[in-house]
Amino acid sequence: MTDLRDLYQEVIIDHNRNPRNRRKIADANRRVEGFNPLCGDQIVVYVKIDAQGVIDDVSFEGRGCAISTASASIMTEMLRGKTEQEAEALFRDFHGFVTGADHAGSASALGKLQVLGGVRDYPARVKCATLAWHTVHAALKNEADRVTTE
Amino acid sequence: MNTANENVMRTFDRQGKPGLDVERVRQDFPVLSQEIRGKRLVYLDNAATAQKPRAVIECLEHYYSRDNANVHRGVHTLSERATAGFEGARTKVREFINARSIAEIIFVRGATEAINLVAQTWGRTNVKAGDEILITEMEHHSNIVPWQMLCEQTGATLKVAPVNDAGELVMEEFAKRLSDRTRLVGVVHCSNALGTVNPVREMIELAHRAGALVLVDGAQAAPHFKLDVQQLDCDFYTFSGHKLYGPTGIGVLYGKERLLAAMPPYQGGGEMIKFVTFEKSIYNDLPYKFEAGTPNIAGAIGLGAAIDYVTGLGLDNIAAHEHALLAYATEAVANVPELHVIGSARHKAGILSFELENIHPHDIGTILDHYGIAIRTGHHCAMPVMQRYGVPATARASFALYNTRQEVDAFLAGIGKVIEAFK
Repeated sequence: MTDLRDLYQEVIIDHNRNPRNRRKIADANRRVEGFNPLCGDQIVVYVKIDAQGVIDDVSFEGRGCAISTASASIMTEMLRGKTEQEAEALFRDFHGFVTGADHAGSASALGKLQVLGGVRDYPARVKCATLAWHTVHAALKNEADRVTTE
Repeated sequence: MNTANENVMRTFDRQGKPGLDVERVRQDFPVLSQEIRGKRLVYLDNAATAQKPRAVIECLEHYYSRDNANVHRGVHTLSERATAGFEGARTKVREFINARSIAEIIFVRGATEAINLVAQTWGRTNVKAGDEILITEMEHHSNIVPWQMLCEQTGATLKVAPVNDAGELVMEEFAKRLSDRTRLVGVVHCSNALGTVNPVREMIELAHRAGALVLVDGAQAAPHFKLDVQQLDCDFYTFSGHKLYGPTGIGVLYGKERLLAAMPPYQGGGEMIKFVTFEKSIYNDLPYKFEAGTPNIAGAIGLGAAIDYVTGLGLDNIAAHEHALLAYATEAVANVPELHVIGSARHKAGILSFELENIHPHDIGTILDHYGIAIRTGHHCAMPVMQRYGVPATARASFALYNTRQEVDAFLAGIGKVIEAFK
């Protein structure tokens, strides 16, 4: 039996209680809504990218479960200062990590995101962990202003 | 908990008549004896689907092992057995809801298909631009979307009668929305998201006075109390087999015979015709006119076995048992200050929808699952209800005839663990 603490680690509880960067960015140049039809959760991700393609600021708004809130919160901390390409690479690594797909050598790059690894034992919750990431992915690709996890 | 009282509750109802022997009943449900994540399964997601008694499981096995054939076709023995089983199930359904005739019992995939059938056959021929369909704010998506589709197709308008903070329909507002433009009222008998039991008899009377027909969505009601469509005087009644301890993929549309007779078919194909040429086809009599193609024969026979099972236990006994459980659970959660019940109608059946302060329902569901407790979390296919109460989702425990007070206690202990995990 996996321990509940493997899923709800202290870091997740902390980010859920005090989400980082849960705010609007007034001069964001990308804004995308993410929607998880399974639970009805909706978030908005704001990204401000500078002329060199570096993420100057990133934030989110909305309320969801502890997993999706902590994932969004940690994501905003990790993406600031990254280039679009670096952010996309992190998205792929993280997605592979939580869905259990093989991604050798990705663990070290994931850093704090590894606390979300517990969702691998809870397939129904993987979408909670990836909602913010799918949304920021769409924001970086600039391909839609609304995405769903389905 | 007082064990002596618990035993009394199991064996006798309040009037002292023999009630449900829950421990014995539990032996009938093989699924309940397993462990989940090392804990005894506590299944409290009955409003989503109920578990199946051995009688139903064995009935399906028997049918496929001994009697399988197509119905109403062959002259051989197996076909006769399959037909007798299938039509026997129809008779059981007729008795179960007290319809006048088997012509009024249409087998469909479930309550959803039944409502779509009425919207697309009766609705497409009887509803015009300017007409109105009236539903309530507590409907399941299955009693909203088919009417929205019909309104888009015909130019009719969908009207919604509101609910109050307790989750009860506001009858004055319902009455106000009825007019000579109202063609049909669609109402849920028992709300899956709130547990509210609607005063459908009174609503039907009001609707009929306004000249409107009434469809009652009984998906959640059929497992919980005795039904009598003649006494209700509803025009259509729908329910699903799988919430009534029967198989998935089988459900029932009841309709008054004169209405069904006047409606065009839903789907065309085999079984629903008497005579076919390339110029014209003559449709079959009721109920077969609405049953195109090979039906879910095993599903119908399994539903018949489920009906035998619940009527054998007694719907009144089931209702009394579930009512006592709901009362026990409602009282217990009142002592949890972080827990807020959503839906506190005076007349409720078997459903406890709730939220925990600052804890998302999905986190509640995952943590309870860790203790072997299955509840539903989400919008319960009733997004407008979530919007009405300003929540994205709720957690829901729903009770069935095999649940016990010990399981309610386990659920309460689990809620304590959830709160603790987020402290």
